Amino acid sequence: MKPMLSLRSHPKAVIFFVMFFLFSSYTGLVYTQGTEKMPNSDAFRRGQMVWQNKNCQSCHQLYGLGGHKGPDLTNLMSDTRKGEMYARALIRSGTAEMPAFVMEKEDMDDLITFLQEVDKSGQSRVPAHVVDRFGSYTLENDHEE
Amino acid sequence: MKNSPYLLLRFALFLLLFALVLGVLIAFAYFKKDLWGTYFPFEKLRPMHVSSAIFWILSAAQGLVFYFIKEHFKELSKREWLIKVSQGLWMGSVIWALASFLFGTYGGREYWEFPPIINLPILLSWFCFAAYLYPVVFAKFRSQPVYVWLWSTGTLFFILSFIESNLWMLPWFRENFIRDITVQWKANGAIVGAWNQLIYGLVFYLMTRISGKEDSATSWQAFFFYFLGMANLMFNWGHHTYNVPAASWVRHVAYAISMTEWVFLLNMLYSFRKKLTHAKKLANWVSYHFISAAEVWIFLNLLLALAMSVPAINRYTHGTHIVVAHAMGTTIGINSMILFGALFYVAERSHATLLARFRKWVRAGFLVSNISMFIFWLGLIAAGIVKAQMMVVENQSFQVAMKAAKPYLLGFSYAGIGLLIGFGLCAILLLRLLRPSEISDVHQNEAN
Repeated sequence: MKPMLSLRSHPKAVIFFVMFFLFSSYTGLVYTQGTEKMPNSDAFRRGQMVWQNKNCQSCHQLYGLGGHKGPDLTNLMSDTRKGEMYARALIRSGTAEMPAFVMEKEDMDDLITFLQEVDKSGQSRVPAHVVDRFGSYTLENDHEE
Repeated sequence: MKNSPYLLLRFALFLLLFALVLGVLIAFAYFKKDLWGTYFPFEKLRPMHVSSAIFWILSAAQGLVFYFIKEHFKELSKREWLIKVSQGLWMGSVIWALASFLFGTYGGREYWEFPPIINLPILLSWFCFAAYLYPVVFAKFRSQPVYVWLWSTGTLFFILSFIESNLWMLPWFRENFIRDITVQWKANGAIVGAWNQLIYGLVFYLMTRISGKEDSATSWQAFFFYFLGMANLMFNWGHHTYNVPAASWVRHVAYAISMTEWVFLLNMLYSFRKKLTHAKKLANWVSYHFISAAEVWIFLNLLLALAMSVPAINRYTHGTHIVVAHAMGTTIGINSMILFGALFYVAERSHATLLARFRKWVRAGFLVSNISMFIFWLGLIAAGIVKAQMMVVENQSFQVAMKAAKPYLLGFSYAGIGLLIGFGLCAILLLRLLRPSEISDVHQNEAN
């Protein structure tokens, strides 16, 4: 029986399906490999929704992703010059650049938990010494198998 | 039904005007909180601007693909009611999303910050578009030129990536922050790749129509670049997440695949002289000017993208305004120039005499927008370099770095006014040319 789709009769379609198969497999690997650690708490998940509902990403970044008006907040909590009390005060009172946010205490606590757990997930700034001779790097806390 | 592409195209142009005005407002709100009053703070204006800009690109791309599919296949499909439903759902969703920002209601993720429920009618709208497109296309798929492939796979990947960008709503994807952020940026990277496929399809279509050389869209070279572009859509999104501690092979694969973009760059350089000779013959076409400008922007943005894709350089550029320059260079310099080229092609086909009368205004808009865009783009790159130098090399605080970058950001903001004038002029002329009551519909004429 003649195959419906062969490289000779439909070369472009065959290339497309091969690439699509590779893409699907790669997607499966991205979803499942190296991300098994760090289960997040309920407070983290609620805090993430506070982050989204208050649209913090409009001005702030996590791992460099988000708006550029304000600083990256990935490692705000472990920053010795800043930390939790600083974050709470800023959110409540605002600054010359940032508006004050009115929120319930529970929402504030959840948002702080979210930022604390994001901080524990890694460093947003890549240290110079990890760069290899090919111009790439492997981070110390990369979630390898 | 004959006016349905024009309705969406006009809707797209209104969105562009809205995005341009908001862009100028937020550029200056960057420097002073509550510059436009407490009801229009930066955090409200920015998502409105970003979403309007994305909706302009998607609306215009979808409307133009619909218009050219009808022109290419020379048949009026019985399924055109699907387009009506698709456009109704799409325009309703866009208005709903923008209204939700106005009332300060968010809940979504970066680029899609409106309440996630709105993603449902958006998705349905694209399903309807696909249900119209695929039966028309698949009936004669084997020998189709590359632009039909680009439109077909662009639609497919938009739907897949848009679904993927909403997977965060499933608890499993949120239970690990690293997985969550990786999937989010994989999806957003692929969405941009998908709309680029729709838009690059327009370029191939226009070039074959303007030059009359169909073989440029059916050659093996065209398909080689189509598959190379698709490989980049599928695998090179990883440069968004180089600093995220996921599996390190994600970084290495993205780095390796993105280096294939050198092939695009070398091909552009190789064919530059040939294109120059060709350009003289096509100099009278308004749309050709916009397509040529887009090619220059593709070249400049490829250089930037190649630099940012090297992890050792990305270490400095990530999270700076260089990333914004890349995003703006792509959406304004490449996507919007091509869309203008295609829109003027449509206007030229239906209103050649009227367009000839407006030619000097179009030329003024074209020049002002391109010069402004160049200053705008350089301002962002300069601000990014200052920020990278101060924060990564000198370990200064964010506030100190932003203060040092302020003169460049002010230059970028003033150039934004030029963009508003240049693109605004072209958009208003197109709104005049694409008025449904004045359309001498090409398809209708052909049908008669």
